[in-house]
Amino acid sequence: MMRIQSAAELEALQSTASTARDANKPRLRVCDGTGCRALGSHAVLQKLISEIQTAGLAASVEIVGTGCPGFCECGPLITIDPQHIFYQKVSPQDVPEIVRQTVAEGKVIERLLYQDPKTGDMIHHEAELPFYQNQKRLVLSLNGQIDPTKIEDYLAWGGYGAMAKVLTGLTPEQAIDEVKRSGLRGRGGAGFRTGIKWELCRNNVLKQGDGTIICNADEGDPGAFMDRSVLEGNPHSVIEGMIVGGYAMGIQRGIVYVRAEYPLAIENLSLAIKQARQAGLLGKNILDSGFDFDLAIRLGAGAFVCGEETALISSIEGRIGEPRPRPPYPAEEGLWGKPTNINNVKSWASIPLILKHGADWYAGIGTEKSKGTMIFSIVGKIHNTGLVEVPMGVTLRQLIFDIGGGIPNQKAFKAAQIGGPSGGCIPREHLDVTIDYESLTSLGAIVGSGGLVVADEDTCIVDFARYFMSFTQQESCGKCVPCRIGTRAMLATLERICAGQGEPGDLEYLQEMGEHVKRSSLCGLGQTSPNPVLSTIRYFRDEYEAHIHEKRCPSHVCKALITYTINPEKCNGCTVCAKNCTSSAIVGVRGEPYVIQEEMCTRCGVCFSLCHFDAIRVE
Amino acid sequence: MIRLTIDDRPVEVPEGRTLLEACREFGFSIPTLCYHPALKPYGACRLCMVEVARDAAAPRIVAACVYPCEEGISVRTETEAVRRSRRLTAELLLAGAFNTPEIQALAEQLGVREVRFRLPEENDCVLCGLCVRACSEIVGVSAISLIERGMAKKVSAPFKVASSRCIGCGTCVLICPTGAFPFEQVAGTHNIEPTPEGYRRGYYRVGSELDFQPGFVQDVSALLRSQPGPVDEKG
Repeated sequence: MMRIQSAAELEALQSTASTARDANKPRLRVCDGTGCRALGSHAVLQKLISEIQTAGLAASVEIVGTGCPGFCECGPLITIDPQHIFYQKVSPQDVPEIVRQTVAEGKVIERLLYQDPKTGDMIHHEAELPFYQNQKRLVLSLNGQIDPTKIEDYLAWGGYGAMAKVLTGLTPEQAIDEVKRSGLRGRGGAGFRTGIKWELCRNNVLKQGDGTIICNADEGDPGAFMDRSVLEGNPHSVIEGMIVGGYAMGIQRGIVYVRAEYPLAIENLSLAIKQARQAGLLGKNILDSGFDFDLAIRLGAGAFVCGEETALISSIEGRIGEPRPRPPYPAEEGLWGKPTNINNVKSWASIPLILKHGADWYAGIGTEKSKGTMIFSIVGKIHNTGLVEVPMGVTLRQLIFDIGGGIPNQKAFKAAQIGGPSGGCIPREHLDVTIDYESLTSLGAIVGSGGLVVADEDTCIVDFARYFMSFTQQESCGKCVPCRIGTRAMLATLERICAGQGEPGDLEYLQEMGEHVKRSSLCGLGQTSPNPVLSTIRYFRDEYEAHIHEKRCPSHVCKALITYTINPEKCNGCTVCAKNCTSSAIVGVRGEPYVIQEEMCTRCGVCFSLCHFDAIRVE
Repeated sequence: MIRLTIDDRPVEVPEGRTLLEACREFGFSIPTLCYHPALKPYGACRLCMVEVARDAAAPRIVAACVYPCEEGISVRTETEAVRRSRRLTAELLLAGAFNTPEIQALAEQLGVREVRFRLPEENDCVLCGLCVRACSEIVGVSAISLIERGMAKKVSAPFKVASSRCIGCGTCVLICPTGAFPFEQVAGTHNIEPTPEGYRRGYYRVGSELDFQPGFVQDVSALLRSQPGPVDEKG
């Protein structure tokens, strides 16, 4: 692409790109994000390209590999424009039929449609999916629309327009004021007001003459893929946000710190940076505004703690990824000792929207104190695993049941872990809590960066808490004593409880140590790591007590606390369980009730899942 | 000058002092493990916690060694929350260094009566980082460093190979608060005898899995050169 010299040239290019995107032209949008790729979407995309070519339609039909549109549960996904016909769970074998029937003749293939599990209706169009009904997709609006490897696609949707508006029409102070008025709060977890953070940094940059802005893409919570999907699906939105941030804070250098485990995000972002540079949107004198700005990528080696801002800075500086005490805050003394502003991917990607539509528009979304939208990756025991974006203020119930489709296999909802391993567990009685910073904090959880893991009635809550504790314990950097040894002590206690060796006093110890680790750890990782344990003790104390005092796991998960037996009245001696028993613990004579020898049973549960006659009991 | 109160006593300190410095200057005793006046504060042992309150806001506990004195704050060094925090931290230290006399004494002093959790492996090294920081900040050679993370964290030379940067000064041994660096152990692996060329460069075996003899390898590049390379199949 030619270098864009001015805002007028950019506008002309946007309009050319937009016109070239004929809305009536047949387009096939295939999700080519990591989630769908894991389900084979890349093969579908390749097959589609070759089939379209064979059918001689290459000139008239456009094929777009997009970023993640969020409905990961049903991938690989294809949407066929101009009708917006939505096909799910597509395999390469379906492709010839799609080309022959739908692309060439406009006929819908019923078998590939999504069926609403509640009404039984076949859903024809993307926008009609219940999954999208209660969402408000702003940051994710172009995920699933554009090809992230083409800057023209982003331009066609008005991309870099907000940047042009700021660079040519606003002073840095006005830009900061706009962000402040929008009410945007940091989407990385802590929820600090972005505009105020920018202002603090700008004041220090003015004093010291130099600084850096950083995009924190070191997403590492179990089950979280929000930042990854934004970088994969719409990398230019992050670049645009960072240019605006650089201009507002008077900083010419930006770094995206992204974990090396995100190869596609790195690939798409690197390409986007290269394209933006070629187009003159990064580099010297952007749009003839006199403002210089450039971006570099730094790869993280996958330490969760490096998502903590001071550890992240250490890592970029080439030192061990350990946090250091604040103050001084990075805004005063950050990377290489200079003022530094760090924002999360989702925060940066929100900036172009705010400046394009105005602070008042953004502040009109959400609740009084929590503005805008929040992206969640919903995983665990839920129908619609995926990536959703909702306005602040929706209820947890809407998120899990309306958008998420509820719990599979007619099981009951038990709890949702919100905010990743730093967050807390919200039980059924608080399903109607609204998603905003204050409400979630009052329940012992946090909005966090948007991880949401759902547990059903078959999930043992002690085991659930143990899992999150083991994660943070392994990810502790080990610098300070409460986090290094305190989390280890808590984990050991939880492991004992799950192993049936819980003792009176364990709960009190967990609570005392949990509070201690929270209050006295050096950084956010340690200060939040006891949250899953403390919140589950708060809401599921009886389950802990059943483990400790009655040596019973109410959800039948903790192996040391359950026994498998065969109900002789139901067993007809079919031998399926005995044949499949991994430890040859099941004995008997064909046609007569079988018996499980308890001392040999490893409690793997294979017999339970295979028995057709409901004869295996777990107690 | 900055004015604040420590345990209700109004004090004035020059700008840039930490709470720990201020407390000690005015005779308030605060326990520390990872602090050394000659080194930059590190904030890792969390024993120096004190309570800080500003105006009507609820007090919070902070690490005195890294917290700067601020105008108008009120600092408390001996509240129940402070004592509990120090006691629990000392209990955790004992979990990994149960038989280390210095840690035992510290725990005793801070009122630890029982140790409810013990790590499977004990280590005199409590990862206070004094040796590493002294080597970097005072000696200026950074021959040793903290490697790995979490429970696997330990003091080691880079790449677990005895460092050719080590000058055998013994600062790490002297500054270690728990004697985790017994001089006899490291002395055997380096040579401080004067030679015609002056002091010979020696090697501390700090955390190294390789037991180098003095003068065995002069530097890391020599070690790497000495490693057998890929063998040519044709011989």
